[in-house]
Amino acid sequence: MSARLAILGLCLAAALIGAGCGGSGAGGDDDPRRLTVYSGRAEELVGPLYERFERATGIQVDARYGDSAELAATIAEEGGNSPAEVFFAQDAGALGAVAATGSLKPLDPALLDRVDPRFRDPEGRWVGVSGRARVVAYDTRKLRPAQLPDTIFAFTDRRWRERIGLAPTNASFQAFVSAMRLSVGDARTLAWLKGIEANEPVLLENNIQTLEAIARGEVEVGFVNHYSLYELRAERPDLPVENHFTRPGDPGSLVNVSGVGLLSDSPEARRFTEFLLDVEGQRFFATDTEEYPLIDGVRSDEQLRPLEQIQGPDVTLGELGAKLPSTVELIREAGLTP
Amino acid sequence: MTVLRARGRERRGSRALASPSLTVAAVLVAAAVSLPLVYLVVRAASGGEAAWSVLLRPQTAAVLARTIALVAVVTVAATAIGGALAWLVERSDLPVRRFWAVAAALPLAVPSYVAALALLATVGPGGALGEALRLDLIGFGGAALALTLSTYPYVYLLTAAALRRADPALEEAARGLGRAAPAVLREVTLPLVRPALGAGALLAALYTLSDFGVVSLMRLDVLTRVIFQQYRTLFDRTPAAVLGLLLVVLTVIVLILEARARGRAAARAAPTAARPVPPVALGRGRAPALAFCALVVGLGLLLPLGVLAYWILRGGSAGTGLDVAIVAPALGSLGVSAVAGAAAVVAALPVALLVVRSPRMWTRALERLSYGANALPGVVVALALVFFAARYLGALYQTLALLLFAYVVRFLPQALAGARTALAGVNPRLEEAARALGRGPRSAFAAITLPLAAPGLFAGATIVFLSTMKELPVTLLLRPIGFETLATEVWSATSVSAYARAAPAALLLVAVAAPIVLRMVVRRDGARAEAEALGAG
Repeated sequence: MSARLAILGLCLAAALIGAGCGGSGAGGDDDPRRLTVYSGRAEELVGPLYERFERATGIQVDARYGDSAELAATIAEEGGNSPAEVFFAQDAGALGAVAATGSLKPLDPALLDRVDPRFRDPEGRWVGVSGRARVVAYDTRKLRPAQLPDTIFAFTDRRWRERIGLAPTNASFQAFVSAMRLSVGDARTLAWLKGIEANEPVLLENNIQTLEAIARGEVEVGFVNHYSLYELRAERPDLPVENHFTRPGDPGSLVNVSGVGLLSDSPEARRFTEFLLDVEGQRFFATDTEEYPLIDGVRSDEQLRPLEQIQGPDVTLGELGAKLPSTVELIREAGLTP
Repeated sequence: MTVLRARGRERRGSRALASPSLTVAAVLVAAAVSLPLVYLVVRAASGGEAAWSVLLRPQTAAVLARTIALVAVVTVAATAIGGALAWLVERSDLPVRRFWAVAAALPLAVPSYVAALALLATVGPGGALGEALRLDLIGFGGAALALTLSTYPYVYLLTAAALRRADPALEEAARGLGRAAPAVLREVTLPLVRPALGAGALLAALYTLSDFGVVSLMRLDVLTRVIFQQYRTLFDRTPAAVLGLLLVVLTVIVLILEARARGRAAARAAPTAARPVPPVALGRGRAPALAFCALVVGLGLLLPLGVLAYWILRGGSAGTGLDVAIVAPALGSLGVSAVAGAAAVVAALPVALLVVRSPRMWTRALERLSYGANALPGVVVALALVFFAARYLGALYQTLALLLFAYVVRFLPQALAGARTALAGVNPRLEEAARALGRGPRSAFAAITLPLAAPGLFAGATIVFLSTMKELPVTLLLRPIGFETLATEVWSATSVSAYARAAPAALLLVAVAAPIVLRMVVRRDGARAEAEALGAG
């Protein structure tokens, strides 16, 4: 009897797994109506975008979510066995790093031309799909805008001790550090990182957690991307946090992109890129995630400072990728990661 | 570990029954289980000087020191709390002892990362009570507290069981000779339960060493978290493999230390029939003792339940409470855990059968090898399998099959302990009689031994089921795209600080675990708790 019971249990379990999977995972790249995306952008943000893509094209998206740097490293580790067909990264550095491994397929020039050359790979292996700026988010209960320095370099001052929050393993932070290296050199960047470390910052996992730390009073300022504020504000309209921009040319105001690179030549992968760079995809970034659209004819939300008015350091995004591995090392050397 | 002790009770070895196919099956299982460790060594060795230099960094030394300090603090605290509770419940006139006897063990049903979440929500930075109490519990203190609350039940269950087994005549004689209660406790009772305390302390230490969820939530950079972060951020992942080996070495050191301590303290408990002991009067100590029990159970059980209930109620009013989104992860959890439990028992059977029926040097070595995976924290098993599968097993990479394999590797020792005890309890003469009456070997095994051993096998499967439900690092690294479990659901919600979203999944985990733990406690099954602890982390 118990054997029969066990068999019954096993059948039930197998059925449950099937249900739990929701049928995904099966098929993979053999199935022409499915697309595997390694998504360095969070489900909360881009999940609805994938749904729109599915509705518009009938192609089902299987997304593996993770940090952009983590997924870039995963693609490198997987090599030829990678199931990824599209890499949708949070920043240009992670895309560049994957491009450097030689695994990205060239993109269609017509598609590339929709985007300003500043926001895509000079060699056409990845393309930006949305713009974002680095900002200093601050606690409006404790600080007034005039009290905030106009350069990121000032935060090594002792008066910011135990008041800073940042996410040292986040791809956007890494890209910002890479940009600082390109802008002022490794020595000054390392000194800055060490100065920040000496100020005993609170180290978090991502931008949202950093803003949460400000909101609950654990820190007063955080180094984040501009749109995280709006993401959190959608849930909590009374959030006591605002964005502060450093002066033109300062690495603290780096303008970066989220973008895609293709690991497969499949028509579904190309269709996905096209969708993101079409009006519907671009409008999604403008209205749903409060980012900057990158094609002509779609405007960003009025509450945002216009992209033309934000001037980051004089670096090209295409250079960030090659710097990523050594930037990760530099952050570690400064003691911000173990 | 159960096995080490059970060895003395080995009986009725019937040497004729180790068939070649059984041997092959057992060797295959042992080889498969050893795969992660072997590959980790290969990978680390291939890394060259650059990878190994990670060991020489000053940060690594600091991480190592922090890891050792956490293990030491949690082990000492859990042993003290668990031991004290066991004595109060078994030997004193504590009011409503039977209630406390069950309540003290129930925090076992709360996954440690859920306990940590509850602490963060109340006394963490910006927590509900943090400001009023001037508390800012995060980092070392928070991790130590959460892990102590999660591990003391193991010490408690084992020590309480030992106290019940211990011959009360010794304590009575000491009292009759005029010793005061504290002296009896120190000179007689404590030595009696020392092996149990030691075993409990070992479990607490191993649990802490392999824990990943608590230290991540508490942002404490100990080895498991650093390995995970290195894996996530570095392009060259070989240093993560080197640190993984360091964690394995640390685990082996803990095992050796415990074995030595046990060697000195030979079990002295006389196996006599248990009989009631006249309780020690606590006198004026009753109120503090009660307060102590209430505090521990309150923090370990009521606080997490209260916080989860609050989140669900608040989320419910905002329209984001319990909803259908929880169904797929719940089914995924239940399904994968049930299959892992069954698969682990099937894998354990040949090894257990071989050891029970032909206990020789090499079969014991085989068994020891299967237990070796025990020394591998989840994050290490996962890391090794990701490396191996991504490079050499493209077809299996990111499939449920590989995830299940990892669970079996990780939790085989739990199933093995159950299977071994169950099979040892079946008299082989019965199966031999069936053979003599004309049954073939397989048919005799299926008709006689299997049904008799079924309860023990089922118990093993239950523990693997429970451990798989709570498992975090292996699931995070190896699950197929789109596959969610309750544990990953809790995890992804907390990584964006959406605590209310984590609550339904967390509460469901507790609800599934509670009846299993309750059964274990009511049956006073210390050994089962021990096996369960082996799957921690």
